[in-house]
Amino acid sequence: MTIDLAIVAEWALKSLILIVMLVTGFAYLTFFERRVLARMQVRIGPNRAGPMGLLQPIADGVKLIFKEELIPDKADKLVFVLAPVITVIPALIILAVVPFGPPIEIAGRVVHLGVADGLNVGVLYIMAVASVAVYGIALAGWSSNNKYALLGGLRSTAQMVSYEIALGLSFIGPILLANSMSMRSIVQAQESWWFILAQPIGFMIFLIATVAEVNRAPFDMPEAEQELAAGYHVEYSGMKFALMFMAEYDKMIAVAAIGASLFLGGYWGPWVDRVPLLGPLYLFLKVVAILFLMIWMRATLPRLRYDRLMAFGWKVMLPLALVNVVLTAVLVIAIGG
Amino acid sequence: MFAVDLARGMWTTLRSMLERPVTYQYPEVKRPVRERFRGRHALKRYENGLEKCIGCALCAAACPADAIFVEASENNDAARYSPGERYASTYEINMLRCIFCGYCEDACPTEAIVLEHNYELSFTQRRQALYTREMLLDSVAAGGQPTPMAVPPGAFNRAIPEMKNPD
Repeated sequence: MTIDLAIVAEWALKSLILIVMLVTGFAYLTFFERRVLARMQVRIGPNRAGPMGLLQPIADGVKLIFKEELIPDKADKLVFVLAPVITVIPALIILAVVPFGPPIEIAGRVVHLGVADGLNVGVLYIMAVASVAVYGIALAGWSSNNKYALLGGLRSTAQMVSYEIALGLSFIGPILLANSMSMRSIVQAQESWWFILAQPIGFMIFLIATVAEVNRAPFDMPEAEQELAAGYHVEYSGMKFALMFMAEYDKMIAVAAIGASLFLGGYWGPWVDRVPLLGPLYLFLKVVAILFLMIWMRATLPRLRYDRLMAFGWKVMLPLALVNVVLTAVLVIAIGG
Repeated sequence: MFAVDLARGMWTTLRSMLERPVTYQYPEVKRPVRERFRGRHALKRYENGLEKCIGCALCAAACPADAIFVEASENNDAARYSPGERYASTYEINMLRCIFCGYCEDACPTEAIVLEHNYELSFTQRRQALYTREMLLDSVAAGGQPTPMAVPPGAFNRAIPEMKNPD
């Protein structure tokens, strides 16, 4: 078996681009969120560092790098150090199956814009990787040896596990419509129309479940400042805290990109078939729109009480998602068959 | 209806994005203060440049936080600081103690100490919290002379200006 160097180089380059994209995306998503939240609260937001405050994320990053790294005396040190890593890696690799644009020709080779978007079980991969992120948070809460961190970690685990079911069921709609589990096929099936038209309930469930999945307001139970100080990352500082933070924001970007690919036609938009490089731009715009929606929800909605959050997940979201799956299946057979 | 309420709430936050932010860009734009705002003290002067303060230390007595320290010295016509016998040779306000209650203003018989509108009182060393007489004194108005000044004998021998019946 010969290893094709061009393919290795292509993959390495794509992975590097993905990682760099996610790191800068994390930095500027924090900035974007602060500015949007500020405007919604009739403030201006960070606008001092650099023009319009554009260097603020860099200033924050430099500050965090030079912060002291504290490890609590009674913490489980190995797990404590490992937890941020376990949290951040799934957030970085989950986007590997999202296609960023239609295939383009570079130097006579067909290049697919996406690290592994052709994976034939792409949606399953997303579910699996998203589940691994729960471990990081649970371990962070457990190893800190702090009651608030433990409570936050346990709540987070329970919440993410419950909402993952509804999330997985909401994925089934696009899978049935595209007749494939590969992200590439799902996006290509949306060339003429977006799946949100056939899956309005599915998209709603997806949105609510992802917000719960990435632990953001109004489902930010694990980080409930009022009763848990900071939840699972209360004992983290410096770069470890930055990693936890980065995981949260990269997960936001990831679920926004996944939602755009499954329901909003991914990279499709006007003239993409003629100018393929417009694809990433359209995907970016859709991702920003979903992220704006998440920030908007955070600015508006109060946090749910923990037991209500769980009841909502099991008694409302799950039946709805099941009904949606059955309806979609029946309609696909009735119309498409 | 839950969905309607949700939509109304979301609409409210979206609408507030279109309002003008109420933020004052602080170092460039200073927020105007109210007429009766009590900021940093100032020691006032008369039009001719003489200091109003006569070193009586009633402000120090009135001060609930014990933030004011006054030491008085003798005055004479050859080198006059303030009308009357005495003037404040030392006048210190400790801003770490001051609670900006304005009692010193009320206590002052000559209306020498006034809480003005300067609120930028941050400092990096505790010593800078001590505001001395020179820092608190107003600058000499146009047409006045700096203190100490030589005055004709007998012109300013009353510490407190004439009381007049209202016309």
